[in-house]
Amino acid sequence: MNTPMPTLSPCRLRLTAAAAALLIACAAPASATTIERVVSPGGIVAWLVRESAVAMIAVDFAFVGGAIQDAAGKAGTASLTAALLDEGAGDLDSKAYHDRLERNAIELSFQAERDTVRGSLRTLTEHRDEAFDDLRLALTAPRFDTDEVEINRAQILSLVRRASTSPTEIANQRWWETAFAGHPYGRPVDGTLETVPTITRDDLVSYARRVLARDNLKIAVVGDIDAETLKPLLDRVFGALPAKADLAPVGAASPQGLGRRIVIKLDVPQAVVTFGGPGIARKDPDFMAAYIVNHVLGGGSLSSRLYQEVREKRGLAYSVYDNLMWLNHTALFIGATATRADRTGETLELIEQEIHRLAQSGPTADELIKAKAYLNGSFPLNLDTSGKIAAMLVQLQLDDLDIDYFERRPQMINAVTLEDARRVAKRLLDGGLLVTVAGRPEGLASNSAN
Amino acid sequence: MLMLLGALAAAAATADQAAAEPNIVDFTLANGLQVVVVPDHRAAVVTHMIWYKVGAADETPGKSGLAHFLEHLMFKGTTQNPGDTFSRAVAAIGGQENAFTSSDYTSFFQRVPRDRLKEMMAFEADRITGLVLTDEVVRPELNVVLEEQNMRVANNPSSRLAQQMDAALFLNHPYGRPVIGWRQEIEKLDRNDALAFYQRFYTPNNAVVVIAGDITPEEVKADADATYGKIAVRAEIAPRRRPTEPVAEAPRTVTLADARVEQPNVSRSYLAPSRTTARPGESEALEVLAHVLGNGANSRLYRRLVVEEGVALNASAVYTAVGLDYAKFEVYGAPKPGKTLHDVETAIDAVLSDTCEHGVTSDELEVAKNGLIAEAVYAQDNQATLARWYGSALASGETVEAVRTWPERIRAVTADAVRDAARTWLDRRASVTGYLVNSLQPEEKHS
Repeated sequence: MNTPMPTLSPCRLRLTAAAAALLIACAAPASATTIERVVSPGGIVAWLVRESAVAMIAVDFAFVGGAIQDAAGKAGTASLTAALLDEGAGDLDSKAYHDRLERNAIELSFQAERDTVRGSLRTLTEHRDEAFDDLRLALTAPRFDTDEVEINRAQILSLVRRASTSPTEIANQRWWETAFAGHPYGRPVDGTLETVPTITRDDLVSYARRVLARDNLKIAVVGDIDAETLKPLLDRVFGALPAKADLAPVGAASPQGLGRRIVIKLDVPQAVVTFGGPGIARKDPDFMAAYIVNHVLGGGSLSSRLYQEVREKRGLAYSVYDNLMWLNHTALFIGATATRADRTGETLELIEQEIHRLAQSGPTADELIKAKAYLNGSFPLNLDTSGKIAAMLVQLQLDDLDIDYFERRPQMINAVTLEDARRVAKRLLDGGLLVTVAGRPEGLASNSAN
Repeated sequence: MLMLLGALAAAAATADQAAAEPNIVDFTLANGLQVVVVPDHRAAVVTHMIWYKVGAADETPGKSGLAHFLEHLMFKGTTQNPGDTFSRAVAAIGGQENAFTSSDYTSFFQRVPRDRLKEMMAFEADRITGLVLTDEVVRPELNVVLEEQNMRVANNPSSRLAQQMDAALFLNHPYGRPVIGWRQEIEKLDRNDALAFYQRFYTPNNAVVVIAGDITPEEVKADADATYGKIAVRAEIAPRRRPTEPVAEAPRTVTLADARVEQPNVSRSYLAPSRTTARPGESEALEVLAHVLGNGANSRLYRRLVVEEGVALNASAVYTAVGLDYAKFEVYGAPKPGKTLHDVETAIDAVLSDTCEHGVTSDELEVAKNGLIAEAVYAQDNQATLARWYGSALASGETVEAVRTWPERIRAVTADAVRDAARTWLDRRASVTGYLVNSLQPEEKHS
């Protein structure tokens, strides 16, 4: 939907935190949320939260693979595959398939990300069996009809063309291209004007066969369904998938180009900036300390240093933030802002200065206490809808965390000492930044790497 | 909540479901502040929102952007809670907060653990009349708002076109004014403008508080009396009578050209009645009409333009039902490479005129109604969504009862009503068509 809908304009704060960033904010035990690990007779695992108060069921799932499994020269394959999974399956062409969904008000969507292909199903309880059947068809018998392939290819190409003149997309894509030159993470998820036209139907069929499998699948179910009812449905939906995915090996990578600043000229009044550097892996013992440090620097609340210095005190930007990002083959911290052309240099300097200051001295004792309180207290807000719970349960499984993670979370947060935070601030923030800027910033040019 | 959910779900399946049980409670305090309670006991959290019945359409001409600017300034502290005391208290408990402004309302909210609700109510009550502003905090915030305008509008050709289209659609009513304001007027806003606007419109008798979450109406009533109930009325609120639209006589077109436009599109906005101003059943018929025309892959516009004729990459229709005075019915299409905006517009017009002539089928009607009603059921899963539904409706002239019985009214829509709504409101004379293009080529200029 691209209809211009301008009624609800301005929000004061940018609603930051990507889903992944929110997850880690889990802290206090979820008294009302009991997670069951359900294993089907066929051996398919799902994490289930039963909530019979709501006459609906939410199913979220992810196949590890994603855009980094696109073949060389075929960037965009995962994205196009995901777009086509609900465009006809089995005996049903696209129209008939959508008709089945719409008649029962079943919502089904698929999306490719860098590391995963994700799906999301929502159904009223009364249409449960039809919904699970529709999902089975989409996953196990997608048609990839020529007409639908071409419609979806054209839509993706249109998105790619649009992104090519969007300052936000330009700054962000150049950052990834530079940081991961030569690595699959350097390719845009939707592909390019060169690669998308070369993707054939065989590429799509082959991608689906390689990636949609059982051993790389994580499933979460939330809502009006019990474990015994779910078990046979899991086999029915996912049982016919190949037992093993056939994934190409992908090497570990660390962002390159630290110390570089790249300015991409674009005729827009406001310059858009992406900045970032190496992060700390999800499994690293320092991860939680890094999460706290990031919160102090530019995380979700408006007490963050970047928010205070760039926005609150000087009015240089509406939005300024940074997030930790953990992928299967790398870890990052990455942030962004957008600011007027004549003060872009000043804004960047301020951000670099704050990062440097935090790297050198770490958070204060008071900041540490407040960050912990925030991260602990915000937990239940991430569990107040079926969709949020389902997304979180998939992420916990992707991150290889235990099912009792919710209970252990507060101790993990509270155990971070000021000394840890200082040490990890240095480790996280002292490695140098790669900065990309799209716009016409006054007096700011590209430099070469240090 | 449980009973309501059950009832709504049943309504989705069976045609003649009685009204949902009244789990949603509303009451009005002695000072005129209305309170709505939406219980949801699944998680120990609450969403607390205050909605002021004032928005960009209530601004004095020449002061566009003032409602939104004041929204930003409401975070600058009060005598009792100076500076960012309130925001720090929200952050200290891991809460979320934000605010937003529309043409008809300005809303502030916090999402917090249930046991902190009363504290939030006390802060919010204090902020109704206690705001303190100094130039020291007002000036940097004006720059923040200007950067927001850059981000949302100036950097974005689609948003710039949307603003031009609204300004052309509304010949006399202030809905033609951008909520964020016209840049040259935002630049001149100051502390005195903000305080005058605040004193005129921010008073308990001009607000609705919506609380959704793990609470009971009894708890809320006691806490509301102890907090909001203590705030004295400080201004009488005149009826919101705004300039009205004349009979529209001429279709308008606007073209926005920007070298950065890589994907052109055409969209058209028709002036339509809102839920508040429509005749009984008419707004609901327009909702069904938008669903049939342009919601999803099997909608008429998508099927005809994208799949069958292959002139467009995308096509859709939307009806924005909520509004104190008017609403918009919008259609949209983006041409495939090699096709023109004219091709797309011609195809859209063919679908619209066919629908006006022959109406919709009974099958389309049923699928659309089920889809709309199911959206209401899915919304029950999200307390913040429910709070927004009630708040935006009440701040736009609707009643609690009207929101509660919406699924029944959708269920009652007939095919004749949809056809009649199409004939009445898809009137080119009361519309503006917008073209987003790369440059003003002759071919596109008058397509």
